[in-house]
Amino acid sequence: MYQFNFQPVFDNLDLLLYGAWLTVRLSLMAMVLGLVVSVLGAVAKTSGIRPLRWLVDVYVEVIRNTPFLVQIFFIFFGLPAAGISLSPNVAALVALVVNVGAYGTEIIRAGIESIPRGQIEAGRALGLGPVQIFRHVVMVPALRNIYPSLTSQFIYLMLTSSVVSVISANDLASAGADLNARTFASFEIYLVLTILYFLLALGFSALFAAIRRLFFTYPASR
Amino acid sequence: MIREFSTADLLFIAMAVRWTLVLSAIAFLGGAVGGLVVALARSAQGRLRRRVAAGFIQVFQGTPLLMQLFLVYFGLAVIGLPIDPLLAAAVALTLHASAYLGEIWRGAIQAVPPGQTEAALALALSYRDRMRHVVLPQAMRLATAPTVGFLVQLIKGTSLASIIGFTELTRAGQIINNATFKPFLVFGTVAALYFLLCWPLSLLARRIEARMRLAVAR
Repeated sequence: MYQFNFQPVFDNLDLLLYGAWLTVRLSLMAMVLGLVVSVLGAVAKTSGIRPLRWLVDVYVEVIRNTPFLVQIFFIFFGLPAAGISLSPNVAALVALVVNVGAYGTEIIRAGIESIPRGQIEAGRALGLGPVQIFRHVVMVPALRNIYPSLTSQFIYLMLTSSVVSVISANDLASAGADLNARTFASFEIYLVLTILYFLLALGFSALFAAIRRLFFTYPASR
Repeated sequence: MIREFSTADLLFIAMAVRWTLVLSAIAFLGGAVGGLVVALARSAQGRLRRRVAAGFIQVFQGTPLLMQLFLVYFGLAVIGLPIDPLLAAAVALTLHASAYLGEIWRGAIQAVPPGQTEAALALALSYRDRMRHVVLPQAMRLATAPTVGFLVQLIKGTSLASIIGFTELTRAGQIINNATFKPFLVFGTVAALYFLLCWPLSLLARRIEARMRLAVAR
């Protein structure tokens, strides 16, 4: 019979909780930067400029059709050969941003294309400038339309971020791996890690629901 | 000893594709059976069945695949089985695929107009016949594109089996990289091979989706 031993986990719960905080921080940074990349990518893709569109297409297709694990290996081990050396934490963040940016580009492009042309023309008729039109007439309604897909992609990003532990970047999965190397209570540790990730996923969906209520409901509160 | 990257290394990496394919096939077939059960339970009459299926989906979609792999890997020892990377990866990926396919197919089943089920009920068809001849064939058409899309995700997911020590494409790349230390070349090759597997499937999924949209618009 297998003897369960949760003692090492409970003795080091503070380490795991700190790891969870690092995962939250890493994910939040990747989400914000990833959103910037996604908007830029989507704007480039919907722009009329051919080579730019083609470039974004290649980026999106390459990232979406290769595993994140290989991407992070390429960035962490491969780029130094090209003269770009990154620390594990920076490599992890870069890999996550590059990854989520590709998915986000497609999602936001779909959002932008869901805005009827008439709406933009109506904005112009009201005398709005191009920046105002882009922000209030295109971007905000587009984000509202694709909010569910975007946020579930973000939660998926948080779960995927556990893979950065393979290059020993600091996060929850790394904290678990360290603890496992010291105590060998493998099953117990990974059970608790899995539960912590699940709670993080629930937390992020609650956060996104709150953001939606605050900023993305009609009529606009501000 | 660091040695040169040779054609033998390239061949070793290319041959490892078959293990990625084997693992993907096992997980996809197992996940198809599991996913059908989950989807049927999720859209069933009984509340308990629906709740259990919903919980299963939520747990597997709300936790990292990497953790699922580790849990099954170390869980084999808990139930007294020998630790085997292929078995662990196959079981974990099958459960993972069951949850995702279950959710995709539930959506497809529920997208079949309720009038179809009502008509089948009026014809006094049994649950089996109703599902087999009326609901599932129509749901299948709707589900094809997202199912192919998930297959891409699954193939990419098999790369994580390398972390628990199963030698598929990614791990073959790591092994060669450790011997030759040509990470740019090695992981570039590995990425290219994944791309060759996944891209045609992505294009196929997009094409089916576009055709479906036309069918709906008509």
